Amino acid sequence: MRDPMTPSLYRVDKVVRELPDTATLGLVPSGGDGPFSFRPGQFNMLYRFGMGEVPISISGDTLDRSRVVHTIRAVGSVSRALTELAPGDEVGLRGPFGSSWPVDEAAGHDVVIVTGGIGLAPLRPAIYHVLSNRGRYGRFVILYGARTPNDILFRSELESWRSRFDVDVLVTVDSAGREWGGNVGVVTRLVDRAGFDPLHTVALVCGPEVMMRFAIPALNGRGVPNGRIHVSMERNMKCAIGLCGHCQYGSYFVCKDGPVFPFARIATLFAVREA
Amino acid sequence: MPDMDAKASGAAVVLGVDGLDALVGLLVAGGYRTIGPRVEEGAVVYGPVRGVADLPAGYVDEQAPGSYHLTRKKDGKALFDWTVGPHSWKRYLYPPEQLLFRAERRGGGFSVLPAAEEESPLAFIGVRPCELAAIAVHDRVFSGSGVVDPGYAGRRDGAFLVAVNCTRAGGTCFCPATGTGPRARTGFDLALTEIEDGKRHLFVVETGSERGAALLAGLKAPPADGALLATVTRLTRKAAKAMVRDVPKDTPQVLKRNLDSPRWDDVAARCLGCANCTLVCPTCFCATVEDTTDLSGGVAERWRRWDSCFTSDFSYIHGGVIRREIRSRYRQWLTHKLATWSDQFGVGGCTGCGRCITWCPVGIDITEEARAIRAGEGRAGEGRR
Repeated sequence: MRDPMTPSLYRVDKVVRELPDTATLGLVPSGGDGPFSFRPGQFNMLYRFGMGEVPISISGDTLDRSRVVHTIRAVGSVSRALTELAPGDEVGLRGPFGSSWPVDEAAGHDVVIVTGGIGLAPLRPAIYHVLSNRGRYGRFVILYGARTPNDILFRSELESWRSRFDVDVLVTVDSAGREWGGNVGVVTRLVDRAGFDPLHTVALVCGPEVMMRFAIPALNGRGVPNGRIHVSMERNMKCAIGLCGHCQYGSYFVCKDGPVFPFARIATLFAVREA
Repeated sequence: MPDMDAKASGAAVVLGVDGLDALVGLLVAGGYRTIGPRVEEGAVVYGPVRGVADLPAGYVDEQAPGSYHLTRKKDGKALFDWTVGPHSWKRYLYPPEQLLFRAERRGGGFSVLPAAEEESPLAFIGVRPCELAAIAVHDRVFSGSGVVDPGYAGRRDGAFLVAVNCTRAGGTCFCPATGTGPRARTGFDLALTEIEDGKRHLFVVETGSERGAALLAGLKAPPADGALLATVTRLTRKAAKAMVRDVPKDTPQVLKRNLDSPRWDDVAARCLGCANCTLVCPTCFCATVEDTTDLSGGVAERWRRWDSCFTSDFSYIHGGVIRREIRSRYRQWLTHKLATWSDQFGVGGCTGCGRCITWCPVGIDITEEARAIRAGEGRAGEGRR
């Protein structure tokens, strides 16, 4: 019986230095695993030899089976060590785990993405999916906030999406110098300005919990009900298979019942402090 | 899991003390690692036993919130007059430290070697009905909810369970309230009831599985008559009546709608956050992982260790700890144990063993806290969210 806690080996095939503290790794199986498939919003557990293992969302395109792509921000010792990897290095990988963005359920609706900081990474597979199946969706709005203009993740991609006539991309920063001519302020303010039909909208929200605390009322204020708002939650995870207990959130394990939840399912819990 | 769901089947038989000794001997001879109760450092704990001589004859425990005392009756002969101590069988089925894998550097990469696990099967002597229930809970956690933990499943599949019914109520336990005792109905290979009244010292043995029956067949024990079976019923019913703590059926709903009860602040002022309750709990299963490397950095190991939701870094994610206050950690533990557990696993997380009450240094009583939250309903607005 294969132990679900034993990782498969993957080799770093490509590294993109996105930001000073953020890198995107392309991984290919080196231990005999076949092609990797996943759904947008799922995550893997990445193990760096001797240092530890952390949950990292998959940030690549579900249609690209050539490599498994993760975008990692250095926030602790293991994530930092992962961002320092070079092509040829090996990592351990377990996954994919968890629930996914409801890209099929959203067909026929306007899709509004509200995200901040590294939260854009777990949403990128959903963005790729909508763009690959553009005709299946109504209006497509991407609202993104970063701390400063220098912290904007996937900047060239955001610019290329913005150049399309069938995508609305609004970007804002918390603070900027004079050279920044764009929006300044929290991302939730963009919700009021974006063009979408609240009665036929599915919203996908991923960012720091404090951002979600403002984004959800803003979406509700526009008329999007909690049942059509989907959020990606983050909790401590040691196993990703519902055995370690660390990610418990009320009756849910964020690792297997989440990380993506229809907000209506967790709204009560979300209002509880330190749940 | 072995098929032990069938109700105690076959006629019950009678064994004397020598017969029980022979039964343990058969298990030892059968290649089992026989684990049972032993007295160590003033408590009944579970360790290797080779026969009746290793069992805690004459010992009785006195338990109360925050208090455990083991005394030896002068001329006491009963082997199972104590109830439960600080150990539970999870330390054998899901050990406190488990090697997950070992990794070795190779060039720019590394290879992963799974932890080899070839152990002799376990036989447990003296599993209380609440503990059978706890093992059944872990069966659901570790192999019944989609993902199978192969280490647990391997140890569990081979394990031979000799249960012992409780004829004496412990000072803190409440299995009638959780429907888990004091008489074992299912989940055992053999179940003993000890009868020791000065005139006689014997064990009525019920069979719960085919391999239990097969083992018993080797002992040529006489059947138990109706009078003895009636005694078993009388003794276990008497024990049930002596247990007073209650967990009302609607406790899950009450807890879930009172996450802002002021009682959480009250209990947080008493709780030390020491994690004792989670370590003695037979169903708590939380674990963390730890990575080590040798001095050369060439060999790494990954270990799984028991963890507790009462530690501050349990809920750490980058940027901080989610449950910063003891109030939140106690609420997480209690609501998980008595409410959300059944949403996750279809069975309650508490088996009424009372260990968390006894081994809490300040004597917090899980049933009393649940009751107080119910009593405080309506005053919820006074609490903080």
